Amino acid sequence: MLRSAISAALIGAAVGSVLAGGVLFAQAQIPAAAAAVGIDNFTFNPQTVTVKAGTTVTWTNRDDIPHGLAATNNAFKRSQALDTDDSFSFTFTTPGTYQYFCYIHPHMTGTIVVEAATGSNTTP
Amino acid sequence: MSDRDDGVNRRKVLECMTWVGTGVLWTISGGVPHSLGIMGEAMAADAKGLTFLQISDSHMGFDKPANPNARGTLEEAVGKIIALPQKPAFMIHTGDISHLSKVSEFDDADRIISQSKLDVHYVPGEHDFLDPDQKLYRDRYGRGTKGAGWYSFDANGVHFIGLVNVVDLKAGGLGNLGDEQLEWLEADVKGRSASTPIVVFAHIPLWTVYPEWGWGTQDGAQALTYLKKFGSVTVLNGHIHQVMQKVEGNVTFHTARSTAFPQPAPGAAPSPGPMKVEDDKLRTMLGTASITFKQNEKQLAIIDTPLKS
Repeated sequence: MLRSAISAALIGAAVGSVLAGGVLFAQAQIPAAAAAVGIDNFTFNPQTVTVKAGTTVTWTNRDDIPHGLAATNNAFKRSQALDTDDSFSFTFTTPGTYQYFCYIHPHMTGTIVVEAATGSNTTP
Repeated sequence: MSDRDDGVNRRKVLECMTWVGTGVLWTISGGVPHSLGIMGEAMAADAKGLTFLQISDSHMGFDKPANPNARGTLEEAVGKIIALPQKPAFMIHTGDISHLSKVSEFDDADRIISQSKLDVHYVPGEHDFLDPDQKLYRDRYGRGTKGAGWYSFDANGVHFIGLVNVVDLKAGGLGNLGDEQLEWLEADVKGRSASTPIVVFAHIPLWTVYPEWGWGTQDGAQALTYLKKFGSVTVLNGHIHQVMQKVEGNVTFHTARSTAFPQPAPGAAPSPGPMKVEDDKLRTMLGTASITFKQNEKQLAIIDTPLKS
């Protein structure tokens, strides 16, 4: 069900963060928000994404060549190699600015900004 | 003294056109390159020095529209190598043997390439370190090598150096050799005579081809400072899936074609991804290279031979 919630967010072509399954999972301890980053033409799209803490970010590779994600200073876990249409998700729980790059093509870089989880994205 | 006096002259080249396929023959004399024209397989007939082959970027497992059958085109390339009238001394493979570092991909590459019955000296590409433990390449090809797989050897008086510039890549950066490998390189060439011909081979170009696409090695220039004293340095790379050459002083840089799929010229497309071309054009953009040293003539020739002319 978590997967379908994320898929729904992806189908919605979400840029930035969206609320997904907030009603369904109001009492659950799973992340309530999701954001999508596409990998197209050797670029992360969007290149910078700002989310609330607790958001699951999912990267999907739409290139005809594999890519792989690594955070500068290993601030979040390294992805497996993503072949065409493969995805990788990570839930950001700690506020901060996370720089990352493709470990296969390191000229590809991106940033995830994680803000404190205040406001509408959290459940009390 | 011109290269025509003691080397392969144009007429001889044309007389020896026995190969199928075309390439540009470069001769080097005193560090100055001369293109001798478009030609077929000219060198095999009268080479008395050392001839070896370069194969690159096999990408076993690649099956996307740019070439749904990368295994088939590698088989074609190896078939052409088997059919050569004169057997080369050995082959170098400049990396990206596999597409996703799967055991089955390395198995396919080994099965096909071994049919050439040539010794193959490998260096890895970034696609060969994608297994979770990054150990498959080293287990298979890394025997007797240092670090992530660098080494050197000698053949017919030529000193060959295989470098690894595809590990520990940094955000925003290019290919990377790293301090440990640079120190090893400095020590490896230190005692050698300046007249020793040097061949360096690595996956990503050691010179900066196009940084916007990551086509270069950030500490490549440092490596070249250790090779300054040598009269003949040839740097052979892959990675960019197209032929490119540059000469700087005594150093010749050359990249070979892939046997799997072509990539666009620098900046000619939105990204360096696999380039889809007309079906009948594909084999003109895939191929291998042949490199010949003629001893006592200070001459080197690189012939790029596509699968189809």
